[in-house]
Amino acid sequence: MEFMTDVFGFYFGTFLVILGQSLLVIVLVLVALAFLMYADRKIWAAVQMRKGPNMVGVFGLLQSFADFIKYIVKEVVVPAGADKPVFFLAPMVTFILAVVAWAVIPFNDGWVVSNLNVGILYLFAIGSLEVYGVIMGGWASNSKYPFLGSLRSAAQMISYEVSIGFIIVGVLISTGSLNLSAIVNAQAGYGALSWYWLPHLPMVVLFFVSALAETNRPPFDLPEAEAELVAGYQVEYSATPFLLFMIGELMAVVLMSALLTILFFGGWLSPVSWLPDGIWWFILKVLFWFFMFAMAKALVPRYRYDQLMRLGWKVFLPMSLGWVVFVASAAQFEWFGGFYVRWAVGG
Amino acid sequence: MIIATLAFYMFSAVAVVAGLMVVLSRNPVHAVLWLILTFFSAAGLFVILGAEFVAMLLVIVYVGAVAVLFLFVVMMLDVDFTELKSGMSKYVRIGSLIGLVILVEILIATSAWVVADSAPDMRAAITPALEDTQNTEAIGQILYTQYVYLFQASGLILLVAMIGAIVLTMSHRKDVKRQDIVAQIYRDADKAVEMIDVKPGQGL
Repeated sequence: MEFMTDVFGFYFGTFLVILGQSLLVIVLVLVALAFLMYADRKIWAAVQMRKGPNMVGVFGLLQSFADFIKYIVKEVVVPAGADKPVFFLAPMVTFILAVVAWAVIPFNDGWVVSNLNVGILYLFAIGSLEVYGVIMGGWASNSKYPFLGSLRSAAQMISYEVSIGFIIVGVLISTGSLNLSAIVNAQAGYGALSWYWLPHLPMVVLFFVSALAETNRPPFDLPEAEAELVAGYQVEYSATPFLLFMIGELMAVVLMSALLTILFFGGWLSPVSWLPDGIWWFILKVLFWFFMFAMAKALVPRYRYDQLMRLGWKVFLPMSLGWVVFVASAAQFEWFGGFYVRWAVGG
Repeated sequence: MIIATLAFYMFSAVAVVAGLMVVLSRNPVHAVLWLILTFFSAAGLFVILGAEFVAMLLVIVYVGAVAVLFLFVVMMLDVDFTELKSGMSKYVRIGSLIGLVILVEILIATSAWVVADSAPDMRAAITPALEDTQNTEAIGQILYTQYVYLFQASGLILLVAMIGAIVLTMSHRKDVKRQDIVAQIYRDADKAVEMIDVKPGQGL
């Protein structure tokens, strides 16, 4: 009896609150995603002087929902030689990992489901797991093109994770904390000029390009290069499993935009000191970076695979490693008077 | 506390079952996937202990990097499943014998284990107070401040191992065409394209 009161009395309230918060975040992110997918296609269309989706709803605004219903009611085709459990596990892993990462994202001061002390490590861990959806999907399809695509992506995502890790280390040294809210708070002060993009300027570019490679977006969408591999690891997927893959990938893109915003562009902080901070700044910045992702997709031709590997290991890795050494020295010997070290504010 | 206890039993049960499945599953790829689940459960146990930093490291290093490489290699093995199944009974006896020997050895070793009286004090002396440090900071203090020379020495050993592995496996083939990226980047229209006014009927 004591057990029951323990679980359902004391913990039940906390449990309900956390459940409510998680549901709120998931639903809001998913609904936002429907419109972001539409925006992605519209931006892409505008660059190529097409109209883009324009039939469903006003200006085609409901296109994503129509697609959603289409994916749900279509038949799920499973290849004869497929490894069924792994085949269905793969899209679920992609989707679930993309969703759980939002648990530690601070939308505003204190607006976070789980204020982990190791928040950035948690995000990095989740990000490094996202490769599994791709590998498992490619292998379980028991088909040549998906398998080649999954092998490519395994090598690609691991390569670029390394430089993303080092870029994050630089920001962590400046902040002195692994907590995402602390990282944002450490950037407060003189508006946009005290955000980390200024002291860590070269790393913003590196992070953006690495994020493109990490999320398999063009110009680094080699795992699904349709010209060589048909559609890579997704070839054998149809209906709902394919939808889960697609949502998972797009959500990873939005997550990377959010991460860029938090690490380098001050999260919810206002760019000018005479305007109040708030969640609208966070949303605006994420939208801006999502726009940049969409533009990169529309503007840049696809890389060759050996160029991609060279860029990751021979250019980005030495640069980010050198930057860590530079930031560590700047923090230790207090060069530029607190420009690089903000432990008092953040940590 | 009751939630933590429940979570502990859940994670340990999953870890044990997944560990068993690593050995028992026929398909090597499934075995690696079960191994990943085992790592995850171990990470969950670390979180219950309050060691969230170690838990995240376990996930990042073992699940995110090491297991990916395992999977990468295992996926490309050409495995004949019928042969695997028939060979099972042949190795059961010798396999269980080895397992038994290891189990007995562990039991003998642990039963003779005596914790020295000074050991807890020595451990407590280097551990910062739990109230005023997070475990990330505590590990950082011990690893990078107190034992920095030992840390550097282990780094050097790893570097030697890495260079050794590279030297052993590197073979520079002369007969392979290689990409010269710099030459590709600096190639422009002036050097690559030539305008020639071709007279009709004459050709080049």
